[in-house]
Amino acid sequence: MSERRRTSLAARGEPLVWLLGAGQVLASVMILGLLAFILVRGFATFWPKPIERVELADDRVFLGEVAREETFRPMREEGSAEAPAAQHRRLLRTGNYDLYGDDFKWISEGEVARTERTADAVLIERLEWGPFIGFVEEFKSGGRVIAATREEAWRLYEERHATARATWKEVRSLEKGPLGAIFHEINALRLELRRVELAHGREAAEFAAAAARVAAEQARLLGESLAIGERISALKEEMRKDALVLSEVGGARIELPLYAVVRAFRPNRLSLGGRLGVYFARWGEFLTDEPRESNTEGGVFPAIFGTVLMTLIMALLVTPFGVIAALYLREYAQQGFIVSAVRVAVNNLAGVPSIVFGVFGLGFFCYLVGGGIDALFYPEYAPSPKFGTQGLIWASLTLALLALPVVIVATEEALAAVPRSLREAAYACGASKWQMIRRVVLPKAMPGIMTGVILAMARGAGEVAPLMITGVVKLAPELPVSGEFPYVHLERSIMHLGFHIYDLGFQSRNAEAAKPMVFTTTLLLICVIVMMNIVVISVRSRLKRKLSSDFF
Amino acid sequence: MATTASASAKAAHLQSAPVNSLPDPLDQPSTIHEAVLEEAAAVEVERFNLWYGARQAIFNVSLRVPERKVVALLGPSGCGKSTLLRALNRLNDLIPGVRTTGDIRLHGDSVLGPDVDVIELRKRMGTVFQKSNPFPMSIYENVVFPLRIDGVRNNKLLDEVCERSLKASAIWDEAKDRLHASALALSGGQQQRLCIARAIAANPEVVLMDEPCSALDPIATSKIEDLMLDLKQEYTVVIVTHNMQQAARVSDYTALFYYGRLIEYGPTAEIFQRPRRSETADYIQGRFG
Repeated sequence: MSERRRTSLAARGEPLVWLLGAGQVLASVMILGLLAFILVRGFATFWPKPIERVELADDRVFLGEVAREETFRPMREEGSAEAPAAQHRRLLRTGNYDLYGDDFKWISEGEVARTERTADAVLIERLEWGPFIGFVEEFKSGGRVIAATREEAWRLYEERHATARATWKEVRSLEKGPLGAIFHEINALRLELRRVELAHGREAAEFAAAAARVAAEQARLLGESLAIGERISALKEEMRKDALVLSEVGGARIELPLYAVVRAFRPNRLSLGGRLGVYFARWGEFLTDEPRESNTEGGVFPAIFGTVLMTLIMALLVTPFGVIAALYLREYAQQGFIVSAVRVAVNNLAGVPSIVFGVFGLGFFCYLVGGGIDALFYPEYAPSPKFGTQGLIWASLTLALLALPVVIVATEEALAAVPRSLREAAYACGASKWQMIRRVVLPKAMPGIMTGVILAMARGAGEVAPLMITGVVKLAPELPVSGEFPYVHLERSIMHLGFHIYDLGFQSRNAEAAKPMVFTTTLLLICVIVMMNIVVISVRSRLKRKLSSDFF
Repeated sequence: MATTASASAKAAHLQSAPVNSLPDPLDQPSTIHEAVLEEAAAVEVERFNLWYGARQAIFNVSLRVPERKVVALLGPSGCGKSTLLRALNRLNDLIPGVRTTGDIRLHGDSVLGPDVDVIELRKRMGTVFQKSNPFPMSIYENVVFPLRIDGVRNNKLLDEVCERSLKASAIWDEAKDRLHASALALSGGQQQRLCIARAIAANPEVVLMDEPCSALDPIATSKIEDLMLDLKQEYTVVIVTHNMQQAARVSDYTALFYYGRLIEYGPTAEIFQRPRRSETADYIQGRFG
């Protein structure tokens, strides 16, 4: 009886499966690890930390929240044979940049004499100079001290803060709303006059008539703006009345008007609910407000808005271009050397560094196309450009160009996957080539085309380099969508989350303070992209269901 | 063109057939039974030759398809019967390098000329393929597709055509409650009957069927065979098959093809019971093919 043969390990392919599994695990761990890192750091940023009062052996005193801790090995001193032992140190965020000229202080374990959590310590987020950490000593109103103890002053702060902020917001909305509109109108009148001048010359009767009309209008608008200005002055007068007298841990006192306090709380006295309240209030501000303090504080709403709008416009632009190009390449063009060359060129386009696309976009779209539009349609804006500079539409177009290969390749694949039998069936029914493509091939290929759009959107939303030079700025004064005609201002420059990350991380005055915000903004950018993708993916899966199920 | 890959694969397959080692009798003229000539013809094929590139696939075939009859094109794989069928509605145009001589006429109108409006020509024929190929649309839209591309917008007319076609292809009872569901949710046999409904929706003069049952189970096959018998009341049907029993069951006339030649053509009963050519007898008795 012969021995039964067994299939060898290699033949069964098990080692290969293990290898594949290991590769998959490695990839997953890296991706999930990165995501988890960003999630943890991003979500932790806004959690209020306790404030510690640290007394050093040399009698210096610091007050601040512990930003992070680490173990380090001090430098070996000259002449000593032994390496010093590892030490523990803490990074204390002391705030009070206006007083100290610094936000952070490293404190080594060895220097510390005493650490305590002072109950009265207050953290104040203010409009300028970053956070204040110290104590609220007095409450002043109209220059007079009306509360002289810490408890009393805090009580009055809690009582009056909301009103002061409401007044401040009213001033801001007056300045941005009606006053801004008036200045827009005055500017529009100036441009109108300039247009008449360019058309008829300075001596013409038309110009004189227009000048008189514009002058009258401008006088009326100026009058209106003065009325609003008076109202603003009155409000400002009122909101400047109340102020907090603050002291830092060394005893120096400053006065802070109440309206300049964005948020104040006593971290060491907060209950869990109070902490959650602060946490979500900070998130709310981050998501809905405008940035301040050169983007390191406040919110990122304009950047969210700009990112989403730009990505959507990009998708709207790239989809028809990509689909048309792929349709021609795959269905109509005579297959041969030229088409192969075009296909290779398209694929290689995907490998061009994105900054090159940016430079091209700046030169071609902004200066050539935009400048041309300005010269043709908006001569009255000269010498300042309207379309001939960085703008939303040019950034979107540049990104569309960048993402075009993705859409073309995906669409070509989708078209190639439509079975020949379907095409022949359509022909056999008497369809022309276009009818066949329009009614049979495109619907069948649509899910594959959508996949290309999803990839293009993800690619575009995460791109920064080409945007920096074609339309994204550090701080955009106005959103690209507004209440003024024509409502969508495609020529305006925008803010962008990706650029915001770069700006926070590498361009801000205090990188240490901005670091947590970098993680939070990254988290937000990922969430925004995920949400946009979920929308497109759900559309795609509905399409797929429609193609294959009972429900049409 | 995206369609070329598999088509040229088939062309290559035909080219590799050992044409040169054919036995001599193949070069004899086709044997045509007199009965065929007595009927009025819907389609006439005259001295038709077809080349895939340099290699000839159809040799000098002449064939009359009688009005309102079922004609089966029978023969082993690669004998050119599908190619002939595709020549009738000029689907071969989609394959580069195909060249033809001879003449094909549909009710007297030439099919092959360069001036022929191929789109209009195909509207006069309905085609059913080997593999069911419903479009990714609802059942309703599949059936009325030929009318839609013709620009018909009258919903009442479309509804009528849909119902009539689905009834004629014996799928109305199964489909009437889900007309607006996706056609891809139907079973294989149902899909093939839907394709038949689509093929007859525009009232074609001829229905061409290219091995319509080869991918179906026996029950679905018998349903479609019954359907063919019904169809010939109104339509002329040309069916390609390599299944002799099927040809015997459904067709009035049978044409036997072998290596691109028409060997024998006559009434089905005659072909199966009293073949005049030895090749026919051999094929029917299973000695080759």
